Amino acid sequence: MSVRTLPLLFLNLGGEMLYILDQRLRAQNIPGDKARKVLNDIISTMFNRKFMEELFKPQELYSKKALRTVYNRLAHASIMRLNQASMDKLYDLMTMAFKYQVLLCPRPKDVLLVTFNHLDAIKGFIQDSPTILNQVDETFRQLTDAYGSLSAGEFQLIRQTLLIFFQDLHIRVSIFLKDRVQNSNGRFVLPVSGPVPWGTEVPGLIRMFNNKGEEVKKTEFKHGGNYVSAPKEGSFELYGDRVLKLGTNMYSVNRTVETHMSAASKNLTSQTQENITPNPLAKEELNFLARLMGGMEIKKPSGPEPGFRLNLFTTDEEEEHAAQSRPEELTYDIINIQAIQDQQQKEELARIMGEFEIKEQPRQSSSKGDDLLAMMDEL
Amino acid sequence: MVAADSERPKDPAVRMFRRERSVPLRGSAAALCNNLSVLQLPARNLMHFAVVHGPSAQLLSAAPEGVPLAQRQLHAKEGAGVSPPLITQVHWCVLPFRVLLVLTSHRGIQMYESDGSIMVYWHALDSGDTSSVFLFHTQYRLCLLEELLPVATSSVWEGQEVIQGVLVLAAGTWTGRVLVFDIPAKGPNIVLSEELAGHQTAVTDIATEPAQGQDSVADMVTADDSGLLCVWRSGSEFTLLTRIPGFGIPCPSVQLWQGIIAAGYGNGQIRLYEATTGTLHVQINAHARAICALDLAPEMGKLLSASEDTFVHIWKLRRSPESGYIEVEHCHGECVSDIQVCGARFCDPSGSSFAVTGYDLAEILRYSSV
Repeated sequence: MSVRTLPLLFLNLGGEMLYILDQRLRAQNIPGDKARKVLNDIISTMFNRKFMEELFKPQELYSKKALRTVYNRLAHASIMRLNQASMDKLYDLMTMAFKYQVLLCPRPKDVLLVTFNHLDAIKGFIQDSPTILNQVDETFRQLTDAYGSLSAGEFQLIRQTLLIFFQDLHIRVSIFLKDRVQNSNGRFVLPVSGPVPWGTEVPGLIRMFNNKGEEVKKTEFKHGGNYVSAPKEGSFELYGDRVLKLGTNMYSVNRTVETHMSAASKNLTSQTQENITPNPLAKEELNFLARLMGGMEIKKPSGPEPGFRLNLFTTDEEEEHAAQSRPEELTYDIINIQAIQDQQQKEELARIMGEFEIKEQPRQSSSKGDDLLAMMDEL
Repeated sequence: MVAADSERPKDPAVRMFRRERSVPLRGSAAALCNNLSVLQLPARNLMHFAVVHGPSAQLLSAAPEGVPLAQRQLHAKEGAGVSPPLITQVHWCVLPFRVLLVLTSHRGIQMYESDGSIMVYWHALDSGDTSSVFLFHTQYRLCLLEELLPVATSSVWEGQEVIQGVLVLAAGTWTGRVLVFDIPAKGPNIVLSEELAGHQTAVTDIATEPAQGQDSVADMVTADDSGLLCVWRSGSEFTLLTRIPGFGIPCPSVQLWQGIIAAGYGNGQIRLYEATTGTLHVQINAHARAICALDLAPEMGKLLSASEDTFVHIWKLRRSPESGYIEVEHCHGECVSDIQVCGARFCDPSGSSFAVTGYDLAEILRYSSV
């Protein structure tokens, strides 16, 4: 499997996370300056140079557990707090959205255009912060360096690696159901019409040649789809028309983000296996987490800026109900620091986590989401 | 949904297919190419299927109506690493005297008896050769009797003094090497006998055909990620006959039939080449997305193509009686709604039935002609 997949996975999931948070911040009427601060803090943490350096090193994809922990951390990089149920829902939406985008990419290379769409939108969130804008542009350059000259075969391998990561996830997302991009059984709709990928011909033509390479016969067959030629290729430059719509922001204030949790199909058995097997995270994975999060420089809040809690649901009651009724097999395990055998590693990881704990914050009544360490130990 | 060539009179070769009962899988199929292997056992009225799920591969046997009978899961050999190794391919290699089940992963090649019960051989890829090993296929290699001592004598060739055969398996690796193994008629004494150089990028598929005669008739075609095809002839060693350059698009699947190479590409095209010369004779704009699998029904020269565009097409290959040039006609198209197909195989040698697997799908879909 490809060892170049992690940056694409991380940046696209991060992009979706920001779209959703932005939508919820507006839906919950969080004051503009606070909302901007939250997004700025998260984006600046995501695109931190040290963090990006670690991310871009060739490496295997780590487990969903490990990745989920990183996003937990990222979502709490500012004055905003999320309860467990909201964090779960956020992660569900992020993963299903990117799974959809990967699946529907016309060419494997188009996943890079999807990433650029996310980055373009992220730059829109931080227009007034030149420093962070520079960080994002720098990441853009890193992406171009790392992926610009990869072959079609290598992109196909990256695509397969991503699809294996998302295998068996069938959470139904209401915005997808409404737009008819997802069926009621959780499978995505794969259209058989529209433009073919750039570099592919519209199916239907058969050409036959003689020994000299001259065409001697041309026939047609009925393919069954309804395809047209691709109009033009999306741009891979820093600025340009990406052409592809996948990866652009599909949320707006009026479109709520619900998920349906009744995905109790037997496809989940394989996922359950992964969660149940008593695999204390492999040493390598913990090292990865330590390195990656060590590079996350979380700014400590300067001044008595009070935090606030963001709810991914419409009401607190809904959030509470979601927390209680989440099916067992869809519970996201988070790293249990106490279960780590290696003492030194445990201390190191705890130190990194503890470093970013914002001690000045008054404890909210719903204590579940506040303390990151506590949340992590609460398995 | 079916696509039919309605303008032409109904050709007896043109058939209609209907969905048969699916065979349920324990785990969904992974998004790999060529992700379905079928072993037909008509004498025992059975069909075996093999599908890669991810860290495991599932083997199952079914009765003709699709009723599942037995199943087994195999795993790649463990080793150091972050997570359990992923299986990249599972395939039955039908040799004249025995059938081997071959399983590959980043760690190497595992060979089993055909029901997956006993592992008879393990070839580790060196750590430099990271990642995948791709398909294997069987090849019957002809050698002079004298070179073969000691050799099992309980073969059909007993009493005939001419030529004895050594079975050979070829496997392609991530770095482009093609490994050739000698397989005895029985037992685990499998030996790596040759390494063929010809590819610079990952080998994606290998196709073989029993050697037709003494002259330069191709026996084996190997394909890679850059779309390059290498055509080999067997002998005491394999010789490279010709190379067919790629055009920047991977060739995930290749088949060989009566000197015709059928290659499926990542841009949805199928190309047919004359194997001995490498000349392109037919170009089909067959699919709207990457082709993930090709299969052949040798009795009728039927070709099956499956793609991520959710379509499966059946074609008929033949040579024009006047010119001898390769010709093709489209027989049937099937749309597997909302399924990104990742494997497809004929279930009988005449091509009147086929099976399909799809990414995230926990069943094998079956079709047979009416």
